[in-house]
Amino acid sequence: MLGRRQKQEKWMLLAPAMFVLALITLVPLANTLWLSFTDTRITAIATPVHFIGLENYVYALTDPDFQAALYRTLYFTIVSVGLEGVLGIAVAVLLNQPFRGQLVLRALIILPWAVPTIVNAVAWRLIYQPDYGALNSLLYQLGLISDYRSWIGDPSTAMNMVILADVWKNFPLVAYVALAALQTVPGDLLKAAAIEGAGPWKRFRSITLPWIAGPLLVVMVLRTIEAFRVFDIIYVMTSGGPADSTKTASFFIYQEYFNYLRSGSGASYAVLVAGISAVLILAYYSVAKRQAAGGTA
Amino acid sequence: MKAIKKLVLGSALATLAMASTALADTTLNALFMSQAAYSEDDIKSMTAQFEAANPGVKVSLEFVPYEALHDKIIAAAGAGDDGYDVVLFDVIWPAEFATGGFLTDVSDRIPAAYTDEVFEGAWTTVEYEGKRYGMPWILDTKYLFYNTEILAEAGISEPPKTWTELMTQARQIKEKGLVEYPLVWSWSQSEAMICDFTTLTAANDGKFFDAGEPAFTTGGAKDAVTFMKATLDEGLTNPASREYFEEDVRRVFSNGEAAFALNWTYMNALANDPKESKVAGKVKVVSAPGVEGKSTASSVNGSMGLGIPANSPHADEAWAYISFLTQKDIQDDYAKLSLPIWKASYSEPKVMEGQEDLIAAAKESIAVMYPRPLVPSYTEVSDILQKNIHQVLLDQAGVDEALEAAAERVKRIR
Repeated sequence: MLGRRQKQEKWMLLAPAMFVLALITLVPLANTLWLSFTDTRITAIATPVHFIGLENYVYALTDPDFQAALYRTLYFTIVSVGLEGVLGIAVAVLLNQPFRGQLVLRALIILPWAVPTIVNAVAWRLIYQPDYGALNSLLYQLGLISDYRSWIGDPSTAMNMVILADVWKNFPLVAYVALAALQTVPGDLLKAAAIEGAGPWKRFRSITLPWIAGPLLVVMVLRTIEAFRVFDIIYVMTSGGPADSTKTASFFIYQEYFNYLRSGSGASYAVLVAGISAVLILAYYSVAKRQAAGGTA
Repeated sequence: MKAIKKLVLGSALATLAMASTALADTTLNALFMSQAAYSEDDIKSMTAQFEAANPGVKVSLEFVPYEALHDKIIAAAGAGDDGYDVVLFDVIWPAEFATGGFLTDVSDRIPAAYTDEVFEGAWTTVEYEGKRYGMPWILDTKYLFYNTEILAEAGISEPPKTWTELMTQARQIKEKGLVEYPLVWSWSQSEAMICDFTTLTAANDGKFFDAGEPAFTTGGAKDAVTFMKATLDEGLTNPASREYFEEDVRRVFSNGEAAFALNWTYMNALANDPKESKVAGKVKVVSAPGVEGKSTASSVNGSMGLGIPANSPHADEAWAYISFLTQKDIQDDYAKLSLPIWKASYSEPKVMEGQEDLIAAAKESIAVMYPRPLVPSYTEVSDILQKNIHQVLLDQAGVDEALEAAAERVKRIR
């Protein structure tokens, strides 16, 4: 236990960092919150600002387009993070096996993650291009499609195609974290289980997975938060189209601010999206706490 | 001899220098777009000419895609002295920029004689409530381009005068198997689609708003959407048009994969350039068709102007630069990718040379240029129309249903 003096010292040492943190997070946060209750507009001349209570929130939440966008965002988040998780673990397990070229492959697999999102988005747009894109060419030559088709121009496939591009970019992060965790799984334990007659799937379910669950949870939560506020990859690939089928919640913040110049209303959308993200973070904390209490991993 | 030449040149330069001593040493920040109309090279070379004639004034050029132009202008308004001094802005923004105070009112800087010397359609590009917020620069509209070889093979001697005739000709071309999809458009969910929609609405004598209320649910605007859908249903329009921008249209047309295309002026020079196009020399241009009993030609006002942001500390120098770029001589010299705003230019031999058909089409089109809705909330109105019309084109909604939904949504704009 720290003494009184030590406690004081601790706070004094932390104070400068806390002050900076407050300045760069709390002030903008409070400002955004205040904006969201006003009718502020972006103008180059002074215009009166009015407090309008919950009007912005009522407008946002009663907007069927925004509701649809929230569901769409949820779909994007669940599917892309889910796939990234499955693919990430599978690749990590593979890379954890000893084989020739293992090191080279381990280095190569990180490349998609190292590519900037914008570059990744533009590259996938070219792959999906309806007339000369690589995807059409590949599927056509394999005999899987009989005609070149539109991928991100068709509302029934556009969202899934964007998700694919996002998964390709982000699964290496999950794979790397999982791989690092896999290397801490005690080999004796696995051997012992094998001797006791546990098959590979049983060993993975009962030993490996619980062992790597902690670090995996952290990376999955990070990805979830990131996925929920997705904007850049969609902006570049489809700009929210066709017919709004890829327009996610973050688009409304951008649109209200920069296209329609309603910063008050834009702030309310931002608060809503941040609020939902906060719920996701809380959910993570409660899971992590329960796990810590459980004692494994 | 040489000495005399030098003397003449020297005095000419001295006069130029004297004329510009009023301008202090400054660097102007100018924002342009890098697609359609004047190319980056054109703008760089015009700017070099300006700098040579105005020692002490340097211009730092920034090129962004059209889609980023609006947001850049808005975001830079908060940048104080470090913002832009000259910006290129679209015909659809003056209402919004004027009400928000983003652009400087330059009505008093424009010589009175210009009012008659410049096309009226060009002026609407920079005007809002009787004031001028810049000088028009790019006078542009969408023209109908056609592939003479394909039309000849189909036995068609004259390009279409009406949209109905265009469909008949397209059918003929498709039946003969000359191309799979005779028509290509920029119908992605974007402003590019609204420009085509406006052209067709103008042809059908339609209206967007009537006394402030949405009027696009009936009449010409509805006919326009119905027409767009019909060309898709019949397989005359390339279905990929629904994700195309202007550059995609140019590429498909320049590959010889379409018989007709609607596009801006700049495609004329590029589709006829063998380095850029497989159909060079086989491309002709006319005004977009009309509708029998309603119009003889149709055209959307797609012009752009140059203005001075309200926070520019160098308004005088900025205006000197704008005046230089928009003057008749400069515009006449660079008339291949974008046509001049000056009426007199259209009888200048150097403007007409090699593009006589374009100039003939321009004279007809400029006279009937139709504006998109001139309302401060235009960006939002356009977004709503884009989404709902796109739903029609993608078979997700009927024409009536989609346009009614758009009208309801427009009424909800705050």
